[in-house]
Amino acid sequence: MLHSSPARVMRDLLPALSLALVMATIALLNPRAISYLGFTLMLNLAVPIALATVAQMFIIAGNDLDLSIGPFVSFVSCVGATWLIDKPAAGILLLIMSVGGYAALGAIIQWRKLPSIVVTLGMSFVWQGLAILILPSPGGTAPDWLQALMNIKPPLLPFPIAAALVIAVAAWFGLMRTSYGAILRGSGGNAVAIARAGWSLLKIKAVLFALAGLFGVFSGLALLGVTTSADANIGSGYTLLSIAGVILGGGEFVGGIVSPVGAIIGALTLALAASPLLTFLNIPPDWQVGANGVILIVVLAARAQIGRKAVGT
Amino acid sequence: MRSATTLLSKPWTWSFFGAAFVFILAISFTGGVGAADMITTALSLAVFTIVVGLGQMMVITLGPGNVDLSLPANIGLASAVSMTLMNGSDSLVAVGLLAALGCGLAIGIANYLMIRALGIPPIVATLSSSFVVQSMDIAYGRGLQIKPPPGFADFINLQIGGVPVSAILVILLSAGVALLLRRTAYGRSVLAVGQNARAALFAGIAVERTRAATYALCGMLGGLDGALLAGYFRGANVDIGNEYLLSSIAVVVIGGTSVAGGKANVPGILGASLFLVLLLTMLNTFGVSAGVRLVATGLVIAAVVIAAGNRGLTDPDPG
Repeated sequence: MLHSSPARVMRDLLPALSLALVMATIALLNPRAISYLGFTLMLNLAVPIALATVAQMFIIAGNDLDLSIGPFVSFVSCVGATWLIDKPAAGILLLIMSVGGYAALGAIIQWRKLPSIVVTLGMSFVWQGLAILILPSPGGTAPDWLQALMNIKPPLLPFPIAAALVIAVAAWFGLMRTSYGAILRGSGGNAVAIARAGWSLLKIKAVLFALAGLFGVFSGLALLGVTTSADANIGSGYTLLSIAGVILGGGEFVGGIVSPVGAIIGALTLALAASPLLTFLNIPPDWQVGANGVILIVVLAARAQIGRKAVGT
Repeated sequence: MRSATTLLSKPWTWSFFGAAFVFILAISFTGGVGAADMITTALSLAVFTIVVGLGQMMVITLGPGNVDLSLPANIGLASAVSMTLMNGSDSLVAVGLLAALGCGLAIGIANYLMIRALGIPPIVATLSSSFVVQSMDIAYGRGLQIKPPPGFADFINLQIGGVPVSAILVILLSAGVALLLRRTAYGRSVLAVGQNARAALFAGIAVERTRAATYALCGMLGGLDGALLAGYFRGANVDIGNEYLLSSIAVVVIGGTSVAGGKANVPGILGASLFLVLLLTMLNTFGVSAGVRLVATGLVIAAVVIAAGNRGLTDPDPG
């Protein structure tokens, strides 16, 4: 195990520090934003982003990458806005089948030793196409229970923060504190060792992908609950956001190194940096995407520099 | 490793078979009507995929994790820059083309610097830079309504006996890239770095210079593609390069280039680009809806990759 050198501690704290920095800047620019209502509004899209980031985290834990999570989130939102209302049983079955599809994809990737980037790239077309077939033009409505769920007003803690906490604790416990979670991460760290110890890599990969599919479903439904109507491109930005969130939160592309709590913090940082911060900074909309890119570059560069020191010590 | 003695055992031949197969499906549906036009259009459109596919191939050949996700933004910005500088005048075509190449070169070098100097993984580095470039393009190119110089547009659409001149030129470009890979020190360095960067370093190869040159080359090809697309579609557009993120990576893989790096395949890029373009043409001829077209394209790409499977693809080596 690596022990806590100062650089290592810095590195672990970096996701939280980035979030604190973004929040401090917002507080400085607009003190009224730091309130129950302010956070509820600023972070209303953070819950689906956090869920998609957790989905991506399971994939990255196994040294793969899912380039189809964004279109998949769109697909789920479209199913939620149409089938779940008209024919709930069929809608639920379709969503369960799509999670099964994810598991099957993971199994095929492991079995044929395929590059996940390419296979999921192909799947991104498939989900996008299915989303368009289900909902050709923007519309539909969110089921009442979903809207009610996303509009809960818990005492003291704004809903997005409370929800992020619940998701973080659940993902942290499952992946970091259970023995099978360690096996799942181990498949990314040293697959040969895990296989020698008698675990089925095929099953592990299928489980990782199924978990990603499950959280992808949660993300799509949460997004639908917030926006109350769907559109076939609604989740298109989520592929990039989810990857960035995992990496921002301290995850690595290889080695089974991921941090569920860090990933959630990364997702919250991105959700805040994506638009509230930039709006308060008076950055014109044209440059908001670019500013996001710059924020990402700065944080990752800082992390890489600290990371090099951590490896050096 | 199978010894590639017969033509059939070479991975890239299959992409041409695939292209021929979808073409036959398409013309049998129309009863042979418009077959020549179909080929001409497919050849013209495949050119744009081939140019960026070659760039992406070089980058992917550098080894696991190397990929350029900034190509669509690069294409968009270069299309705007080249059209502005050409300003509709045939005498300025060279200036515009040079500017597009320079613009792509700058993006490629910026990508490399982020990877090298800042230590960011290529996927996130090129992704982040694509955000920045996209913003520049939106701010700079929005509402830009400059038509390409008539001579330039005509040249890109020029055909000799149904064969687009641009397709002939892109075959020459591909041959050039193939020669670069096989016959030059730089090309051999790219393959060596992709096979084992550490061994390449110990063998005295300038690994970092090779990587820098490759990202720069890919950027320039992206820039060139932007100018060509603006000429073909008669105007620059922020979204003009969007489809080339997926297609540039797809043609590399379908064409038999190893995703694990160290093994490039130029003929495969040509075959796979034709295959993808003809596949879309076929689906258009069938008159299917946009949704079905996407699902079919995705399933075909996935199926081809699954069928080809396990071609010396290893898990990226941690550390």
